[in-house]
Amino acid sequence: VRSSKTAAVLAALFLVLGITSCGSGGESGSKTLTYWASNQSTSLDADRQILQPELDKFEQQTGIHVNLEVIAWPDLLNRILAATTSGQGPDVLNIGNTWSASLQATGALKQFDDAAFEQIGGREKFLASSMQATGAAGQPPTAVPLYGLAYGLFYNKKIFADAGLQPPTTWQELVDVAHKLTVPSKGQWGIGIEGASYTEGSHFAFMFGRQHGAQLFNGTEPRFDSPQMVSAVKQYVDLISSGVANPSDAEHLNDTEMDAEFSSGKAAMIMQQNNAVAVLKSQGMEESAYGVVPIPAPDPLPAGGKKVSSHVAGINIAAFAGSENLSGALRFINFMTSPDEQKLLNGKLGSLPVLKDAYNDPQFSTPLIGTFRQVLADQSESLPMIPQESQFETLIGTAVKDLLAQAASGQPVDDSVIQAKLRSANDQMRSGG
Amino acid sequence: MTTERAQSEGPAITAPRRPAVKMPGRSTGAHGRGNRLGARDRRRRAVRWLPYLLLLPALIAELAVHVIPMLVGVWMSLQQITQFTLRDWTRAPFIGIDNFALAANLASPVGAQLLHSFGVTVLFTVLVVGACWLLGLAAAVALQKPFPGRGVLRVLFLVPFALPVFTAVITWRFMLQRDTGLVNAVLVDWLGLFDERPFWLVGSNSFSSLVVVMIWKTWPYAFLTITAGLQSIPDELYEVAETDGASPWQKLRGVTLPSLRPVNRVLLLVLFLWSFNDFTVPYTLFGSAAPAEADVLSVHIYQSSFVTWNFGLGSAMSVLVLLFLLLVSVVYMWASGRRTTDAS
Repeated sequence: VRSSKTAAVLAALFLVLGITSCGSGGESGSKTLTYWASNQSTSLDADRQILQPELDKFEQQTGIHVNLEVIAWPDLLNRILAATTSGQGPDVLNIGNTWSASLQATGALKQFDDAAFEQIGGREKFLASSMQATGAAGQPPTAVPLYGLAYGLFYNKKIFADAGLQPPTTWQELVDVAHKLTVPSKGQWGIGIEGASYTEGSHFAFMFGRQHGAQLFNGTEPRFDSPQMVSAVKQYVDLISSGVANPSDAEHLNDTEMDAEFSSGKAAMIMQQNNAVAVLKSQGMEESAYGVVPIPAPDPLPAGGKKVSSHVAGINIAAFAGSENLSGALRFINFMTSPDEQKLLNGKLGSLPVLKDAYNDPQFSTPLIGTFRQVLADQSESLPMIPQESQFETLIGTAVKDLLAQAASGQPVDDSVIQAKLRSANDQMRSGG
Repeated sequence: MTTERAQSEGPAITAPRRPAVKMPGRSTGAHGRGNRLGARDRRRRAVRWLPYLLLLPALIAELAVHVIPMLVGVWMSLQQITQFTLRDWTRAPFIGIDNFALAANLASPVGAQLLHSFGVTVLFTVLVVGACWLLGLAAAVALQKPFPGRGVLRVLFLVPFALPVFTAVITWRFMLQRDTGLVNAVLVDWLGLFDERPFWLVGSNSFSSLVVVMIWKTWPYAFLTITAGLQSIPDELYEVAETDGASPWQKLRGVTLPSLRPVNRVLLLVLFLWSFNDFTVPYTLFGSAAPAEADVLSVHIYQSSFVTWNFGLGSAMSVLVLLFLLLVSVVYMWASGRRTTDAS
């Protein structure tokens, strides 16, 4: 009797130990790879269906089986950080390209030195602008571009035609047009924004900041509260203060909420990245119903300003330094960034190829793609590629979000209010928060 | 969340230690009884050890799930864990109390914001605990006597507690939207209480929204606990009170509340810890950057560590919160325990 009891106790003990020690593991050898893909199309499942046939193709060519996991955006960074701390991660993964320098600093990703670049077809095959957003300057990148994204100003063709208006080419024109198209009685507003999203807030603060000649960092020293940044943030917040955006937009937390306003004709314009094309389609708005032009800048440009219409947005692909199959990982990255796959995947996912060679495909020569391509290649600048980039996004983005909320509830948001808010973000950045 | 569980399960770990104190006395009693008794004694000793052996898995689980992560958290708060040291975090530079100094320095923006967030959280907790307890008590007392439909009402009251939190809060998020939400449809369109449609998810009202949603989600627990507590009050007490001509109010103050004291003692503590630490409700309602007015500590700390990659600082803030909760819990248990003894 005693021995069976002891056995039971031991069994229970092992069970507990087993439970606590699991979570390690993760098979990998020379014939398998684990791939963490970010969510690029309308759902995780849609992504799986787009990617799986390509992974099968890769297996046919190389005999390497790829285990795919598509990860939703809110989880992706946490999963990557967990993989970084535990050393138990995928072999190949997607990262938001603005995280490149931060993740580079962790040392968890494989460095693309010359030898590694040679295995994936050379550094030169990529678009120069997309290569900007792969890591800190002067260091070997730890990720390479996979899908290109850029902002554009989407405008509803019918609303514009009915009012006899042309898409704006300067910021003043944009505000003017937005005023004309704001008809509160019809529930129609000139422009829709995503006010509660701190990432959007930080992107526009950066973009408009560059138009006003702001430098966000001097080395690693933050310069968030410069007069140029104040003007930049004011340019964005004024969309609500001046009444051309629905104050309720200050609540919008997701792309889909803003896209729905546009596709239902409640907002005549929105500023969005090109992946909105797929979302709008799923909401019943065809590509023929809207046009896209670069987000305009003030004219004349303020002193030191540049005509920046987007940050270099997009997704990068990287190999995990702890992978036991690094050569397989590089072969897979080479495959995913080959011209054929770039054409096929970006076509299906609604993103832009990151290879110069891929644009000869007719599907990328539509006026719509042409606009985004031109913005990405010529009118975009990378967000600061420094390890503290995510602190910048959080601090500035939250400040912009709070200011939009203030403007939406009718409080005046003037230069001094904005300056105070930005100075507080600057102090926090400096003190290491 | 770890702290709250560790709190509530604390007695469960310490309880078995008490009989262990008696052990030496028992073994001396068995001393010198001869060989015939030796076998039985051995068996008795094995039987005596068995309960502890059976508790061992629970103890290991408790250590693995609660105690060790907490200690790791404390250790992390003394390290500089950022993106530069994250990968090899066990060898991150030791910086002593620097993280605490930064978090507690009220002159720095980090400290000032932490203090602000602390204030918001305390106010939030007081309102939620108070309202949940009052609602729970009122509903439990109202449903104390049987009447047709009592079962249905009890089930209805428990629905918010049974729903998955995320689903329920997302629904609230839809209801609280300014243009299309049900709340404004009722308050503005039907009742005409406001001229201008108010915001509920941004700006100063976001705090009220958070409090209301948290009360809605939590009060059924108070209702359930107090209902259970009421079952143990003997009917005779009420009968005697009625014979003395006590009003319902007097019965509540003279019979119900004193009898519920032991239940309330635990209930209030649990409600306090839950509300203070809740993450899901504010995060689901506002996303990872909550409006300043509703920036409760759980979300604030999440943002200070995960979003900005400063895990050491986030851990230091967590440890400060842990110490505060520990202090409140100990003082509360001591004070309320003394009052119970005084009363009896």
